[in-house]
Amino acid sequence: MAARTVLQQADITRALTRIAHEILEANKGSAGLVLLGIPTRGVELAERLAALITAFAASSDESVDGRPSPVPFGALDVTMYRDDLARHPTRSPSPTRIPAGGIDGKTVVLVDDVLFSGRTIRSALDAIADHGRPAAVRLAVLVDRGHRELPIRPDYVGKNLPSATSERINVLLTGTDGIDAVTIEDTSRDAPAAPDPDEAITDPADTQSTEEATR
Amino acid sequence: MKHLLSTRDLDRDTAIQLLDIAEDMAATQQREVKKLPTLRGKTVVNLFFEDSTRTRISFEAAAKRLSADVINFSAKGSSVSKGESLQDTAQTLEAIGADVIVIRHGSSGAPKVLAESGWIAASVLNAGDGTHEHPTQALLDAFTLRRRIHGDASRGAALDGITVLIVGDILHSRVARSNVWLLSTLGAEVTLVGPPTLIPHGIDGWPVTVAFDLDAAIADTDPDAVMMLRVQTERMHDAYFPSTREYASLWGLTAARFAALPERAVVMHPGPMNRGFEIASVAADSARSTVREQVANGVSTRMAALYLTATGGAA
Amino acid sequence: MSPTSAGNGTTAYLLAGARLSDGRTVDIRLESGVVTAVGDRVDAGGATRIDADGLIALPGLVDLHTHLREPGGEGAETVLSGSRAAAVGGFTAVNAMANTTPVADTASIVEQVQALGDAAGYVTVRPIGAVTKGLAGTQLADIGGMARSKARVRVFSDDGSCVADPLLMRRALEYIRTFDGVLAQHAQEPRLTEGAQLNEGPMSAELGLAGWPAVAEETIIARDVLLAQHTGARLHVCHLSTAGSVEVIRWAKARGIRVTAEVTPHHLLLTDRLAAGYDARFKVNPPLRSDADVEAVRAGLADGTIDIVATDHAPHGHDAKHCEWSAAANGMVGLESALSVVQEAMVETGLLVWADVERVLSVAPARIGGVEGHGQPIAVGSAAEIILIDPSARRDFGIADLAGKSVNSPYLGRSLPGAVVATFHLGAPTVLNGHIVERGPLGRSSLEPNATAHA
Repeated sequence: MAARTVLQQADITRALTRIAHEILEANKGSAGLVLLGIPTRGVELAERLAALITAFAASSDESVDGRPSPVPFGALDVTMYRDDLARHPTRSPSPTRIPAGGIDGKTVVLVDDVLFSGRTIRSALDAIADHGRPAAVRLAVLVDRGHRELPIRPDYVGKNLPSATSERINVLLTGTDGIDAVTIEDTSRDAPAAPDPDEAITDPADTQSTEEATR
Repeated sequence: MKHLLSTRDLDRDTAIQLLDIAEDMAATQQREVKKLPTLRGKTVVNLFFEDSTRTRISFEAAAKRLSADVINFSAKGSSVSKGESLQDTAQTLEAIGADVIVIRHGSSGAPKVLAESGWIAASVLNAGDGTHEHPTQALLDAFTLRRRIHGDASRGAALDGITVLIVGDILHSRVARSNVWLLSTLGAEVTLVGPPTLIPHGIDGWPVTVAFDLDAAIADTDPDAVMMLRVQTERMHDAYFPSTREYASLWGLTAARFAALPERAVVMHPGPMNRGFEIASVAADSARSTVREQVANGVSTRMAALYLTATGGAA
Repeated sequence: MSPTSAGNGTTAYLLAGARLSDGRTVDIRLESGVVTAVGDRVDAGGATRIDADGLIALPGLVDLHTHLREPGGEGAETVLSGSRAAAVGGFTAVNAMANTTPVADTASIVEQVQALGDAAGYVTVRPIGAVTKGLAGTQLADIGGMARSKARVRVFSDDGSCVADPLLMRRALEYIRTFDGVLAQHAQEPRLTEGAQLNEGPMSAELGLAGWPAVAEETIIARDVLLAQHTGARLHVCHLSTAGSVEVIRWAKARGIRVTAEVTPHHLLLTDRLAAGYDARFKVNPPLRSDADVEAVRAGLADGTIDIVATDHAPHGHDAKHCEWSAAANGMVGLESALSVVQEAMVETGLLVWADVERVLSVAPARIGGVEGHGQPIAVGSAAEIILIDPSARRDFGIADLAGKSVNSPYLGRSLPGAVVATFHLGAPTVLNGHIVERGPLGRSSLEPNATAHA
């Protein structure tokens, strides 16, 4: 069935711009920030947010020499930290890239496309601990669709999208998919027989991006 | 992937996926915290019917880096040597709660029998069976070769057009068999070199070239890699060749042959080496020798193999 | 088909409307252990009538190569259980190999086997005597003692081991001439097959199983036919399995050497590719060979170079086969499936007609082994050793089709043609409707009135 578009390119740009400002404000500038995206689309979002924050920090002219260093960003793969490895087909991990300065004593902002059960973020917190000891860890997501299974709450949200568990949220990004859009579709009408209850209710994958849908 | 029994039935995409995951595993081994929680709560049994400390500790390190519980079961000198069958041993391990059985066995096909018998539900990982296969050794060899050739651009890459000489006792070598299948699946051109007494009959259908003259093979193939196989001491007294000296002069990687190799060629050996016999020290210790990398890469590759076999529910 | 008694308590049978191997459709009357009438509309005359419409009647099959395992291996097979398996397979006589524990190398052992066979009563059991003491290949066994014993042994074999020593082989060939015996050689050069696991070729190379070269069989056969020529003795070659062996036998026969040869059903149908899964049911000695070898032994059997089919029925218990390949025992059971396999490999391919089957599975093996009272084409006065088979049947061969103690059949799960409907031994049915006829404590058929009284 056709997916319904809920965010257009302009909406996504606006959301990211706002999040960038909020991060700068909360952090009182760009110093000590490290953005880590969770593959696949979180990585692109982290890169775009880092560029926006770097640009806004430069325009605010807060640095002494007027040329603030770019905000470091990287990728944090959480596959090996997941708690559902025995319940899904084997996932291939993606590379983890920690910026050269590391994360010790930094303010790490985790970036993901969709926040759902919270289990991916739980995995990410474990993964971060194996790479160092940040001063603080924050969470930025483009879409929060609810249905949390863990006491995890985002610090920065592009758009709250209350959804049914049978619905699928697709995040498309220019760098990965050639287009910026967030769409929503009802998979219950696609699924001919009874949907796997384990998949749909008790153990929802928390980032139901298109990439995962194809696995 | 439920089991890893051979490289013969590993398709190209799966092989590359496994090598890529090994890259991720290798990256974690550069961190201060090398341990991953991936297999927490899983039990890996190293069931070794043959002594092989090197392979066993490599698998043990791999399993522990993934947080699995590891039980080492050396079947030599245990009840197994008193006539307990493979079936009874396997079912004992199953009762203990083994999720993965890493098996080294002197009888070709024992891992496959174990995996397909219906005796157990655990995954089976072949750590060397008789003269059949040693798939993780071939995977770590391919991983090592790929890194030497493609460096940081290894991820996703294969070995297309790479020429490899595998030299020595092909007949009794499970390392050679596994490498023949895997390297050719990855696009490499493989030439087997050794005395005719140590080349198996019936390999016309293998994707390889066979040569008896090592010097000519080096000149003809201009190899990217030379893989020297260990010659077991028991072969030396069983009329496969007249003397160790003659073997070394005809099929050993002597200093002169090492010098005749192209500059880019790497020297591989699965270990342990018979220095001065199948390989001269000048070759074994040179910067072009991958012997120590192979050991380190063994852990990453076996982590990848354990990850792929021990995780994954519905396919 | 079910027997309908026309009289009261008769021991006569009328097989109505059976097709003989020559194509004639006839009624056959059996009485007192012999065929008393063959022809159109034979008078039942009080005989039990059995409708054989659509069935082929052949003289009972004779196996020159059976392992009954008793004494010593009763867990895998006994003379009784093996006799039942034979009857179900359409056999009325089997020759029991000598590699028992203890080895059948003295008169007392062969007489014991003979007595066990007589007591079982399902088939004629003829003991084979060992060539060398303990099959050790060093000293001649008690050949004369076995030949002159009550068992009157005429076939001598170290099967399972090769009589490898050429001098000992020469002496044995010479010595058995005293009794007009035949030496059945297991042709396997021991040094060339040290540790051997599978036919040497692409499969052994890929599977990493030590190669079992064809030449290890062919060199022994070549040597032995020359020794047979030199000594004038009778040589029989067991379970010939390679194309080269067929060539050697063909050459020897052309030179007039007194040699006969057998092939097993499995070497007519199966190849070494079946070892791909390391399933030890396919481990056998000699090993399953290549497609080319299968073609060659079929051609050899078709043109008479190979004289007979013999089962090499080799029962093994569960543990001997459910293990890693190199630890598994060699051998497969074959009595119950032999005729179906020959039909599949030879008849359905057009290589043999039923008259040939009668020759290679009954007449010729009885002649080679000196098995009296068997292997006689059905005619008035011939022994009432007769089977009825349904060539149009087809079945998925399963454990239920096995009647012996062991189930190590390579055919389980395979579709095979033909079925043995009835077996008559000494004029009485041992198998009816494909099922064994249980026998009373005296070893007599329960259908016979004398036995029912005791049963």
